[in-house]
Amino acid sequence: MAAVLAMVARGCGGVWRRLRQRCAVRPGSGPFPRGERAVACNARGGMMSAGKSGLTPWIPVVGLEIHAQISSNSKLFSGSQVQFAAPPNSLVSFFDASLPGTLPVLNRRCVEAAVMTGLALNCHINKKSLFDRKHYFYADLPAGYQITQQRVPIAVNGSLSYSLCIDNKMSQMVTKTVRIKQIQLEQDSGKSLHDDARSQTLVDLNRAGVGLMELVMEPDMCCGEEAAAAVRELQLILQTLGSSQAVMAEGQLRVDANVSVHHPGEPYGVRTEVKNINSIRFLAKAVDYEIQRQIEELGNGGTISNETRAFDSKLGCTVPMRDKEGKQDYRFMPEPNLPPLILYDAKSLPANMNHQQVINIDWIRERLPDLPSVKREKLVEQYGILPEHSFTLLVWQQDQNCNSRHSNEDGLPEFFENVVKQTQMKPKKVIGWILNDLLSYLKQHSLTVKESPVSSFLLADLLNLLEKKEISSTAAKQVLAELWKGKGKTPLETVKEQKLELLQDQKELEQICQAVIDGQENEVMAIKAGNQKVLNKLIGLVQKKTQGRSNPVLVKQLLEKKLSE
Amino acid sequence: MRVLSLGRWLRAGRVPPREPASRPSGHRHSGHRPQGPPQELPQGPSQVPPQKVSVEVLEHLEHLALVDFRDSEGVERLQKAIQFADQLHEVNTDGVEPMDSVLEDRCLYLREDDVTEGNCTKELLENARETVEEYFVAPPGNIPLVKLEGQKTFLQGSK
Repeated sequence: MAAVLAMVARGCGGVWRRLRQRCAVRPGSGPFPRGERAVACNARGGMMSAGKSGLTPWIPVVGLEIHAQISSNSKLFSGSQVQFAAPPNSLVSFFDASLPGTLPVLNRRCVEAAVMTGLALNCHINKKSLFDRKHYFYADLPAGYQITQQRVPIAVNGSLSYSLCIDNKMSQMVTKTVRIKQIQLEQDSGKSLHDDARSQTLVDLNRAGVGLMELVMEPDMCCGEEAAAAVRELQLILQTLGSSQAVMAEGQLRVDANVSVHHPGEPYGVRTEVKNINSIRFLAKAVDYEIQRQIEELGNGGTISNETRAFDSKLGCTVPMRDKEGKQDYRFMPEPNLPPLILYDAKSLPANMNHQQVINIDWIRERLPDLPSVKREKLVEQYGILPEHSFTLLVWQQDQNCNSRHSNEDGLPEFFENVVKQTQMKPKKVIGWILNDLLSYLKQHSLTVKESPVSSFLLADLLNLLEKKEISSTAAKQVLAELWKGKGKTPLETVKEQKLELLQDQKELEQICQAVIDGQENEVMAIKAGNQKVLNKLIGLVQKKTQGRSNPVLVKQLLEKKLSE
Repeated sequence: MRVLSLGRWLRAGRVPPREPASRPSGHRHSGHRPQGPPQELPQGPSQVPPQKVSVEVLEHLEHLALVDFRDSEGVERLQKAIQFADQLHEVNTDGVEPMDSVLEDRCLYLREDDVTEGNCTKELLENARETVEEYFVAPPGNIPLVKLEGQKTFLQGSK
């Protein structure tokens, strides 16, 4: 039990450790009797704070509402363009501006994107879904309502599986699942720029009407780390499908977190909604802060109100928003201008309908690309690399996609596969060179894989030299550093230039070893007395004499042989 | 923000003076008065007795729909409108699927994902009274509580 507890507490980050310390200060307070011990995990596998005896632990509950902007040329209900950073109000049609007499016309591509996403997340696709109006007043919502799918959305009851590291070293991964309640199509609102100085808001409707997929997750998560991991995996899936580019920095992926805490066995506590989270890192911070804030508030005898809070990234805390004073009444009503959306599958396909007007779920399902989890498994199976390495390969590609506007670039996995094809070195060893050496260079210089001055061909060449034992691994790193400068030399040329070839002449090596032994009487005595560590010093000296051109393994063997004579 | 709050006079139990017919131009509300029913209410049997509209509901409606029930006449009209609509309860709808739209049997037309509109900034901005560098201008909104503490109490005081 204790081992599980420790493992769980480690996995959930520093928050719970701090909480344990805090609990220790106030023993026996509160309505719970002394001696109540914390249980390691609740039924869902969620993590709980390990309070010292005398305090009942809190179970945090986190649910996410994610808005993903659909990657399409035109908007959901109008023909104006979807583009980031265009001159204000230049991508706005009369319908987007809500001028009287305009009507919504549904974009086929948006429906396909939603169906793809639903299928990838194991959802049930509703063959008949309906559109509704959600009314509220805000300057960037010119119609006074948003067209959404509240009653019968396009997809329901799915799941998202994601991986989480148990410790910080990425050496142990555990798979978790979060249930997807529904996916619905809805319109995006425009953008407001608040000008506090002149007490006004400037409104840009370029974004108004862009198609969004709202993904509502069940509250199956329990901390910031889980939320962050789930969103990362979702991002990867969306980018793989191409249904959304999911770049948080450009507002293509927006996450709101619903957070509450409760004692085990009691009903869920009052939840707060946290908005204005601009990156995955901030998501984890915001969720953890809010959990801690609620625990502290309730611990001090306060109450949590059902409010909306904004995350202040500079201060690292959540502040109440003036937005929702009391519960909003959205006055949902069916959208009178849109008939139900009917989707078909292979069985129900109507015989004499225009192809362009028909969306076939089975047709889309057949053409789904390999999802990230499948890609990872394939890499592990094909190349025998560890799951954690497979994870890092894909995550790096995703991080690249987030920072660039291009999705699905040839990334690290492809690079790795190309190197493997061109070298005799085993994939298990190659992966180390990719993840440790190449990746750190890329990160240092903020480059994408495509921009790497070392091509897969060059790296494979270098690794071949290493594999054939023509150079040592230290020498190989030196060569890589040189290749990185991009001067166009081959690995072999670099090796020759810097005289890094391993000494192949056994006799010469033996002579040098003997010379070192003769010159280091004290060390030799220590080794013979049983101190093996001193041998490393001798190896080091041989390396010095050979200017790093000796194979350390061979040197060790020779030295040991000589010393035992 | 409202000069004469309906809720307030209801609570105070006083009858407010009749408002002049014309409305002050500087008023911020989009405000339209609910039009009364065009004909007399039929006195036929109704399953739901006429309800009094409570103060909370009135305030809620005013807040939601930005409608201003200036005086008792407005409230009465609202009550009559509700009564008029309540006649619908006379119809037995057990087991009948509600109809959302007369279009329910029509095909929902799917448009191809091509860019066909937009680039009419000038025309759109022509409708706006005030613009700033091709942006529409609106009053401020949604500012975190922390900043507006002082202003909020001022508003409450003026109510």
